[in-house]
Amino acid sequence: MISLAGEPEVIAVQKERERLRITGSTLVKRGFAHMLKHGVVMDITNVEQAQIAEDAGAVAVMVLDKLPYDIRQQGGVARTASLKVIEEILNHVTIPVMAKCRIGHTYEAKVLQEAGVDMVDESEVLTPADEERFIWKWDFTTPFVNGCKDLGEALRRITEGASMIRTKGEPGTGNVAEAVKHVRVLNNEVRRLRGIHESGDKQELLRISREFKVSLELAEETARLGRLPVVNFAAGGIATPADAALMMTLGCDGVFVGSGIFKAEDSKERARSVVVAVTYYDDPKVVAEAQKMVDERKSMMGTGTKELPLRMQERGVNV
Amino acid sequence: MSRLTVGILGLQGDIEEHLSATDLALSRLGAEGEPLLVKGIDDAKRVNALIIPGGESTVMGSLSSIKGILPTLRERITNGLPTLGTCAGMITLAKRAYDRVVGETSQTLIGTMDITVERNSFGRQGESFEADLGLDVPGASKFHGVFIRAPSVKTIGQGVKELARLGDAVVAVQQGNMIGTAFHPELSGSTILHEYLIRLAKTDAVQA
Repeated sequence: MISLAGEPEVIAVQKERERLRITGSTLVKRGFAHMLKHGVVMDITNVEQAQIAEDAGAVAVMVLDKLPYDIRQQGGVARTASLKVIEEILNHVTIPVMAKCRIGHTYEAKVLQEAGVDMVDESEVLTPADEERFIWKWDFTTPFVNGCKDLGEALRRITEGASMIRTKGEPGTGNVAEAVKHVRVLNNEVRRLRGIHESGDKQELLRISREFKVSLELAEETARLGRLPVVNFAAGGIATPADAALMMTLGCDGVFVGSGIFKAEDSKERARSVVVAVTYYDDPKVVAEAQKMVDERKSMMGTGTKELPLRMQERGVNV
Repeated sequence: MSRLTVGILGLQGDIEEHLSATDLALSRLGAEGEPLLVKGIDDAKRVNALIIPGGESTVMGSLSSIKGILPTLRERITNGLPTLGTCAGMITLAKRAYDRVVGETSQTLIGTMDITVERNSFGRQGESFEADLGLDVPGASKFHGVFIRAPSVKTIGQGVKELARLGDAVVAVQQGNMIGTAFHPELSGSTILHEYLIRLAKTDAVQA
C-alpha cells in the first residue's frame, strides 16, 4: 500500500466519478515510481546510448539534448531534447523513457506528455523558464520527478504534484559529495520529524510545517511513515559502482546516473557495473566485482563543487 | 506446523511493498512465518513460497545471472514451489514474452508457466490505470487492480486457468502452484492474493 499524502480533494472526487478505468491517478503515478526501485536511471542523448543502457539493465532512460557535463562546458540555454530523438527512443527500447523539461515550463512538459514519455523530470540541469514558480503537476497524467536539497523542498514539490523525488547533487561534476550531503540532510530532517511525532508534540510539528511552507497533514504523514511519502532516488555526480552503492546504503530507493556513464571511456562496462552495485549494495563482495569491471583511469575527470561558476542545484525559485 | 518463509525476489522493483503486504497477509491469516529477501541461491533454496515483484522484467532477468539464481528458481518452481508473479513477475514466469511496440526481445525468463505475455499491452505510463475487476480466487469477488505499463496474457496452454479478465484482456492466471497477475496487488491494499499464496504454501507444508 502506498501513501497518497498531499493529494488535493478535487482529485479524490474525480476518482469517484470515473469509477471504471482511472488513468493519471495519484496511485498510478506514484506507483510507476515504485516500479523503478532498486534500479538505475541513465542519462542518454541518442538511440545508441539508450540501447547500451537497456542492455546493461537500466530500469529507465532519461533523454537529454546534452549531458550535464556538456551543458556545463558549452553554456547557453539548455532546453528539452528534440522530440524526434525522444520518439525514436520511445519506439526502440522496451524500458520506460523519461525526459527533462525546464523548471516552470508547463508547455515543454505538455509537449513531452503528448509525445508519450513515461515520466517528466522538471530539472535544474536545464535553464529555468520561470524564475518564480514550478509546474503545477497535478494537472498532468504523466508523473513528474523533481529535485530537492532538503525535506522542505521535497515536500513543496510533492505539494505541487511530484510523484517522485531525487535528492540533488551537483550534476556534470563526477563528484558525489553534494549528493551525499543532501541525502544526509533529508534523512536527518525526517528523523527529527519522526521524533517529534512520536513525542506527540503537535505544536512543534505545526511550527516545522510552517517553516517548510507545507501543510501540517503532509508533514505529519512524512513523520508517521518515517520517510518521504514518494520514492526517492539519489542523483548528481555518481560516477562509479561504489558511488552508487554508497547512495543505496544511505537509504535511497535507487539512483540516477548522468554524465558518469557516457562521459566515461568505458561506458558499457560502467553502465553494467553500476546496475550490479545498486542491486547488491548490501554485499561488498559483489560491489567489489562490479568495481573491478571499471577502470579509474577511464572515469570522467570530475571537478570540485565549491568554486563552480554554475551551481545547478541552486536553480529554480526557493518556494 | 513449521514456520513459513515467504521469499520475495530482491533484485529490482517494488520489493518492500511485497514485504509489507506479506507481513500483513501472514498476520491476517494468523499464520506463523516471515518474509525473506531472496538475492542468492541459499535464500532460494530455503523459501516455502516465492513472490516475484513488479519492476522491469528485462532488468530482473539480466540481474538473475550475477549469482546464478535462475536455475535454482526454475527447478524449485517446477517442483511445485507456490509462486506469485505480479506484472514484471508474471512476465518473468512466462514461457514467452514480446513487447507490443518493439516486438520480440531476447530477455531472460524463468519460463515455467505455459503462457504468452504481451508487454506494455495497454500502452505506456500515460495509459496506466486503476480498475475494479472480478477475481476468481477463494474469498475474493471484486478486486481493485492497479495496472502500470501492464502486460496481458495473450495465449494460455492446457492446465492454465484464467483468474481475471478486463474486457477482452486476460489479466490474471493460475497454473497449479503458479499465479500471475498483470496488476499490482501490493499497491492496492488488499492482501487476498498474498493470502492465497500463503494458503497454497500451508497446504504443501501439511502434505510434507
